[in-house]
Amino acid sequence: MSTILPPAAGGSAAPNDPAIDTGRGTGLWKDAFLRLRRNPQAIVGAVIIGLFLLVAILAPLLAPYGGDELPGRTSITPTTIPGPGEIDGFPLGLDRFGGDVLSKLIWGAQASLLIGVVSTALGLAGGMLLGVLAGGLGGWVDNVIMRFVDILLSVPNLLLAVSIAAVLGQSSYAIMIAIGVSQIPIFARLLRSSMLSQRGADYILAAQTLGLSRRTITMSHLLPNSMGPVIVQATLTLATAVIDAAALSFLGLGGGLPQAAEWGRMLTYAQAELAVAPQLAFLPGACIAITALGFTLLGESLREALDPKTRRK
Amino acid sequence: MLRVIGKRIALLIPTLFGLSILLFLWVRSLPGGPATALLGEKATPEAIARVNELYGFDRPLLTQYLTYVGRLLQGDFGVSINTGRPVLEEFATRFPATLELTVVALIFAIGVGVPLGYFAARYYGRFLDHSSVVLSLIGITVPVFFLAFILKYIFAIQWGILPPDGRQDARIDATHYTQFYVLDGILTGEYDAAWDAFLHLILPGLALGTIPLAIIVRITRASVLEVQNADYVRTARAKGLMERTIRGSFILRNAMLPVVTTIGLQLGLLISGAVLTETVFAFNGIGRFLRDAIFGLDYPVLQGFIIFIAILYALINLIVDLSYSVIDPRVRVQ
Repeated sequence: MSTILPPAAGGSAAPNDPAIDTGRGTGLWKDAFLRLRRNPQAIVGAVIIGLFLLVAILAPLLAPYGGDELPGRTSITPTTIPGPGEIDGFPLGLDRFGGDVLSKLIWGAQASLLIGVVSTALGLAGGMLLGVLAGGLGGWVDNVIMRFVDILLSVPNLLLAVSIAAVLGQSSYAIMIAIGVSQIPIFARLLRSSMLSQRGADYILAAQTLGLSRRTITMSHLLPNSMGPVIVQATLTLATAVIDAAALSFLGLGGGLPQAAEWGRMLTYAQAELAVAPQLAFLPGACIAITALGFTLLGESLREALDPKTRRK
Repeated sequence: MLRVIGKRIALLIPTLFGLSILLFLWVRSLPGGPATALLGEKATPEAIARVNELYGFDRPLLTQYLTYVGRLLQGDFGVSINTGRPVLEEFATRFPATLELTVVALIFAIGVGVPLGYFAARYYGRFLDHSSVVLSLIGITVPVFFLAFILKYIFAIQWGILPPDGRQDARIDATHYTQFYVLDGILTGEYDAAWDAFLHLILPGLALGTIPLAIIVRITRASVLEVQNADYVRTARAKGLMERTIRGSFILRNAMLPVVTTIGLQLGLLISGAVLTETVFAFNGIGRFLRDAIFGLDYPVLQGFIIFIAILYALINLIVDLSYSVIDPRVRVQ
């Protein structure tokens, strides 16, 4: 353990004494980060996410055409759809509308990551609010909130998202909100149970003895110490959010133009041409799976890094 | 035992009550309100007013809600907007298809997942273990509808050994009593019909089963890993029990508890997955029906289905809890 610690900063302590090094304590998060850096699984996940993020941000520079553009409209006929390498200027071929598959995949990365990140942020914010109220206040507030969460949890996640999207109308914003709201119960429950498990801890007792107000204890002591599992869940949820977003737009809840660049929607329209142009299904499908893989690898390494049971080995 | 069941069912009541309020408010918040959902977006104001009066949508919310709950309690889930038939009747004809599909998916997931997880733990750190970890990662990250595409492309289109869609070959003239096509074929002695229906279940079943499979492999592996180093296993070895007895009665049995819980929790995922899988395979079950309901804003169907699923969910979790006492005698039902 001591080998990966940064050298102790000055002071009178013997710099090579491992006991003193750990005594000074790398914080939980710093320690977790150091452990992540050594985990090949985490590196692979981070590289995948980094690449997709880069592609998403640089989409306007990287994509040869716009997301909705149909540059190859004249090159497709009802019976032929040029595949990868079959037509100049379109390295991954065309789709049934005459859109450039490469451009659509690139713009699709932007759409998917945006939906994934925004919806998870929404679910995290809503879930944390409910979780802090329930775990911090306890009593009847806790009871009411948890019953509400139970009700939401009794509806399968995707159906809940679909029902919300049905109210909001068909658009990518509706998908973001729908997926975000459907994640709220999970975060709320997780944060609450994590806070409850910390409530009996000695440092909370110490804070109470010092006469700190309940709000200070909850917000500055209980909450930061309960965030570990929530952060892990958020990373893993990014993977499900990307998959769920694709599922909702696959079902046709995305709205907008039919040729809009979304991975899920590309799969919807690949259905009819599966026999003649399987790449139209496989390319966006692989993009969804790889993005989800990246977030999953990162989330699981983070879980390992933060888990006290696997620490200090 | 009966008391426990009664108590659990009583606990379900507040949840269902809350759910009915949410569902009621949900319909009232649909764009344009329920009348527009019924008539379509191009409805004239007069038509909307007429429908509002006819269905009582103009009455106070509380009155409307009480009417809604009163009907629910009598088993009246309303009439589907798309088909004009009672919602319960629609479920009764379509649910068997989804149940058949779900059962195949679960058999596949449990039949492959538990042994794979078990052997992965037994040969911890070896090739089988690593491949099980990779496999379950793939199962979690590959979206079910994409997997459905892959299976359909390879087995139905490229190799042509399994049917690409539907529940049964249209040329087969089979008699259906129960709407469980495989069961119907066996009951009536039409074995070719049963076999054909079974072949139609394989690809969607595999696609749908992969999500629970991945999770079952992980949980089984983790659980066996924990149990096989337990003190009582060491004691059993020291006593010189046969390895087979140790593995069967000591390790596997004790490792099953979390696995059973997990299987019970897969229902939500399976139902969501069924909507997507049935869409890809044109499989005429409740999932496809729901998809059409989503697009037609067929709110009585969606409302009814969500309540139906909530009850089913609770019942399955009850069965799971009761099965604990069978697996682990220490967990006696109090």
